[in-house]
Amino acid sequence: MGLYRSHVLICGGTGCVSSGSLEVLEALKKGLAEKGMDKEILVVSTGCHGMCEMGPIVVVYPEGTFYCRVTAADVPELIEEHLYKGRVVERLIYKGEGKASDVPHYTEIPFYKKQHRIALRNCGYINPDSIDEYIARDGYAALVKALTEMTPEAVIEEVKTSGLRGRGGGGFPTGLKWSFCARSAGDKKYVICNADEGDPGAFMDRSLLEGDPHAVVEGMLLGAYAMGANEGYIYCRAEYPLAIKRLKRTIEQATEYGLLGEHILGTDFSFELHIKEGAGAFVCGEETALMASIEGRRGMPRPRPPFPANKGLWGKPSNINNVETWANVPSIIRNGGEWYAAMGTEKSKGTKVFALTGKVNHTGLVEVPMGTTIREIVFEIGGGILNGKKFKAVQIGGPSGGCLTKDHLDIPISYESLSQVGAIMGSGGLVVMDEDNCMVDVAKFFLEFTQAESCGKCPPCREGTKKMLDILTRICAGKGKPEDLEALEYLGTMIKETSLCGLGQTAPNPVLTTLRYFRDEYEAHINEKRCPAGACTELTRFIIDADKCIGCTKCARVCPADAITGAVKQPHVIDQDKCVKCGACAEACPVKAIDRR
Amino acid sequence: MTTTQEEVLSKVREIVSPWKDKKGGLIPILQQAQHEFGYLPPEVVQAISDEMLIPLAEIYGVATFYAQFHLKPRGRHVVRVCRGTACHVRGSLKILEKLKETLHVTDNGTTEDLRFTLEPVACLGACGLAPVMTIDEQTFGRVRPEMLGDILGKFE
Repeated sequence: MGLYRSHVLICGGTGCVSSGSLEVLEALKKGLAEKGMDKEILVVSTGCHGMCEMGPIVVVYPEGTFYCRVTAADVPELIEEHLYKGRVVERLIYKGEGKASDVPHYTEIPFYKKQHRIALRNCGYINPDSIDEYIARDGYAALVKALTEMTPEAVIEEVKTSGLRGRGGGGFPTGLKWSFCARSAGDKKYVICNADEGDPGAFMDRSLLEGDPHAVVEGMLLGAYAMGANEGYIYCRAEYPLAIKRLKRTIEQATEYGLLGEHILGTDFSFELHIKEGAGAFVCGEETALMASIEGRRGMPRPRPPFPANKGLWGKPSNINNVETWANVPSIIRNGGEWYAAMGTEKSKGTKVFALTGKVNHTGLVEVPMGTTIREIVFEIGGGILNGKKFKAVQIGGPSGGCLTKDHLDIPISYESLSQVGAIMGSGGLVVMDEDNCMVDVAKFFLEFTQAESCGKCPPCREGTKKMLDILTRICAGKGKPEDLEALEYLGTMIKETSLCGLGQTAPNPVLTTLRYFRDEYEAHINEKRCPAGACTELTRFIIDADKCIGCTKCARVCPADAITGAVKQPHVIDQDKCVKCGACAEACPVKAIDRR
Repeated sequence: MTTTQEEVLSKVREIVSPWKDKKGGLIPILQQAQHEFGYLPPEVVQAISDEMLIPLAEIYGVATFYAQFHLKPRGRHVVRVCRGTACHVRGSLKILEKLKETLHVTDNGTTEDLRFTLEPVACLGACGLAPVMTIDEQTFGRVRPEMLGDILGKFE
């Protein structure tokens, strides 16, 4: 590697790539070469910076200047001003909530300031395709330490001490899980990485695999050494082509460096790693279903016991952990379990990555210590609600999670605190909703998803979710009956108690929590045939405010159903019987005279 | 597709050969076959069954379980609209409705000229750019219904 006076890091994560970061990368390389500056300034394509909303993101080091929404057209100015003359291009720097301020260092931006990055420590910082850059950031140091100084038992002890728990949603103590598999008799064992990130609204696993794939592989190597496994699988969604490409490259490089394969680092430890592409089934995130899928069968869960630690893949003892869990392991072994356990709450240690999305100003990936409040995440890191609207709810934990209200904003996030209020940590999706989101519609949306993804093996999940969905659809269409709410509660509780796997056991959560915290919205739908948020089309009425209407006829012209009448310069009227509720009139109105009720 | 029976057979033999003595090959074989033929026509499934000695019922059981496999021909371009939570709350249903209207297809339908197949999908994992859609390998973020004409126009 040569020496450079400046490094320009440009995000090559999926978010920024679709916002055009590859064009920016090309323009930078070309522009620097033309100016003869390519020997002194290095352009690096990195993984995700997390602040996807602001992409494409460019960070210039050593200053740590953070540029956002950079386009290829901005590149000549960036090169001329910043890289040549040393003057920051002010119009492109991150400005927070519109306040002109001093040029902040990357880490001083509110979005990053409160974060504590362990799993994501290399994302956006190194070139994920380069094993050398990973090694330069202490990569594989944990593997060397484990293989040369630690017994397998000591590795498990360290993970136990750290208090690390399953980051895929289950929250089972990782060290304990490892010890079950380690104790299991058998000469053939498997370790598996669950990268079948299926929760809508969660993309931390994708970003980790794209931004720091070596950390996941190193974590698996450590686990394999600790449990005595010599073969492993990464089961990755086929919807994540970039992650799969990077993983393949990672395995090639690690094999070339002698970090995968026979006699790793000259020891007796050997490990072979395969990638399996998922074929699109949400239930395959469940561990026994995932193993069935690797075996080439329908991905349906089976009752446990026997647990995978005794009888897993092809009947052999197996251990399965999620991407984020594996990515935390190298740091734990390198720095010690005590170091990790010093962060977080009493029972939930360390940090957790959340995918912050929905109606919030800064969407993206955030990693914070356990015990951080929802308010800090949504309002300080996320910068509050989009377009100055009112916060209504936050949905935590994906389709299996729950909807929490403003009364829960100050709850310190941990596995325990969330389950107490009816939500779950899940994979860490945080979807923020504002006053325009109807909670009945949201509950229906999640149930549509879980109902469609139910594998059909056990009746409570297969039939029960269908019945619940029928009821919710009826309520949203204005045909709900007062006894529907009781039926939903009865069905929801029964499905939770009697389903075979995690999918069914958690599927009713969004309905049950919204019933608990937003019952008035359900009642408005049923008793008043009204959707307070104006989201349920069949219950929405568009009405022209005669005082505001200027009679410009725009609405009448866009109406596909010819439902609007009125003379020019006279207030117009919508015929409710003809209206198809498409909302085109409200969008066309220049004076916002059309109310959605 | 005007592929002869012999061509199908030789292609299928090529696809299954690395998996003959290995476990867990069915899903990668189906993935590879679909990649090759665009979908899984009956003669291909039959050939896989004959070559791998796996009952047809089992292969169809697997092929119909996973969303990725298709038993009918597909369009030259696959339009995927994200129906994940983040996209839902930012209006992805409107995008999907507009696409159905423009292309005259239903969910998972293919246009008569085999130009487009429309697929609503659970989550594309680009939630920061909601609402999101992809056409083939290209991702489009912050999509508004009025942008769709231009986006579709790029694909022939």
